[in-house]
Amino acid sequence: MARLELMPESERSYLTRVACPEFSTRPWAAGPPLAKRRVALVSTAGLHRRDDSPFTGISGEYRVIPSSILDRDLIMSHVSVNFDRIGFQQDWNLVFPLDRLNELAREGAVGGVADFHYSFMGAADPAQLEAPARDLAALLKQDRVDAVLLIPV
Amino acid sequence: MGALAHYLESEGLPTTQISLIRLHTEKIQPPRALWVPFELGRPLGAPNAPEFQTRVLMAALRLLDASAGPVIEDFDQDPPEGGRDATAWACPLPLPQSQEGDRLTEAFLAEIDQLSTWYNLALRERGRTTVGTSRMEPRGIGAFLAGFLEGDPPGNPRPEMALPWLIKLATEDLKAYYQEAVTAQPGRCFPTGAELDDWFWDQTVAGRVYTALSRLFSKSEDFETKILGKVLIVPSARAASRK
Repeated sequence: MARLELMPESERSYLTRVACPEFSTRPWAAGPPLAKRRVALVSTAGLHRRDDSPFTGISGEYRVIPSSILDRDLIMSHVSVNFDRIGFQQDWNLVFPLDRLNELAREGAVGGVADFHYSFMGAADPAQLEAPARDLAALLKQDRVDAVLLIPV
Repeated sequence: MGALAHYLESEGLPTTQISLIRLHTEKIQPPRALWVPFELGRPLGAPNAPEFQTRVLMAALRLLDASAGPVIEDFDQDPPEGGRDATAWACPLPLPQSQEGDRLTEAFLAEIDQLSTWYNLALRERGRTTVGTSRMEPRGIGAFLAGFLEGDPPGNPRPEMALPWLIKLATEDLKAYYQEAVTAQPGRCFPTGAELDDWFWDQTVAGRVYTALSRLFSKSEDFETKILGKVLIVPSARAASRK
């Protein structure tokens, strides 16, 4: 479980000591009601298309995942060995809930689904993520996204 | 994760996120976060549980309707168990028993061969596989990895990437091959992650090979190879329990 108190000592100790960035501002962007929002998924699970380059460095880069992707074409090259991958092997929605998001859009619970989604590899230093994240913001706006769901692994 | 939310939000994009480590989210204070009590690697809770996944997803998305933040909300439901009873899982497949004096490579390749029927069945039934990041075949990965232990280090079959990264991708691909194969087999119950880990690390030749590779690489003079050996092959909890 992701409850620190239930984790083995080695993992708990590492996760407790991980340096977290501190920000002096608290940005807050408003938007329309959920039923009118166009949603994109941004994962940090090191996901990518089968024919794309795997993550082979901790540099803050990201991969593009089109909404038309099929489950058999999405694979994972996260560097960490300390999280469960068996669930993802059984059901991609456990990590990348695109089927669930499409269902919510069909039901009208959300306004729509973005044409493109993205994945980083979460082991990157947060400072390295800033420039790619700001590039990504421009792409998301072009895609008319006004709700980003960030999903860790 | 929280840093990404901060950067995107400061560019004017509303974000919400799932949080697995509450401590990190409390420190970073992203605009909106749903903390979930799930295992690392399972942010939506449980595989093949669409109703539960939708509950998690909606709980995270509804935070977008909050009027002010930062908001951290706790999701207080545990994931469904998937029909598990109290019976412990045991691998239903008799793997070849390696004999004293067998060459490690031969035993390793025989084990990989024996799993191929089950892997192919899993692929057919699920219609997908997570194997493929290294773009090497399972048997090729076996020979490649064993070569380091046989005193005959192989060359780099994908020179566009550094050898330690290829070894990393290859070890994850082959482990996924084992896991996908063994979970395709008929059994009384589906194994938990811990049971599959115990099986892989304690009962397979692959587990012995990986442990030996970890020890070998951790003594390397090359920095990336040393990191690979120390923390990127054997899970930290298992490595700590063997010290």
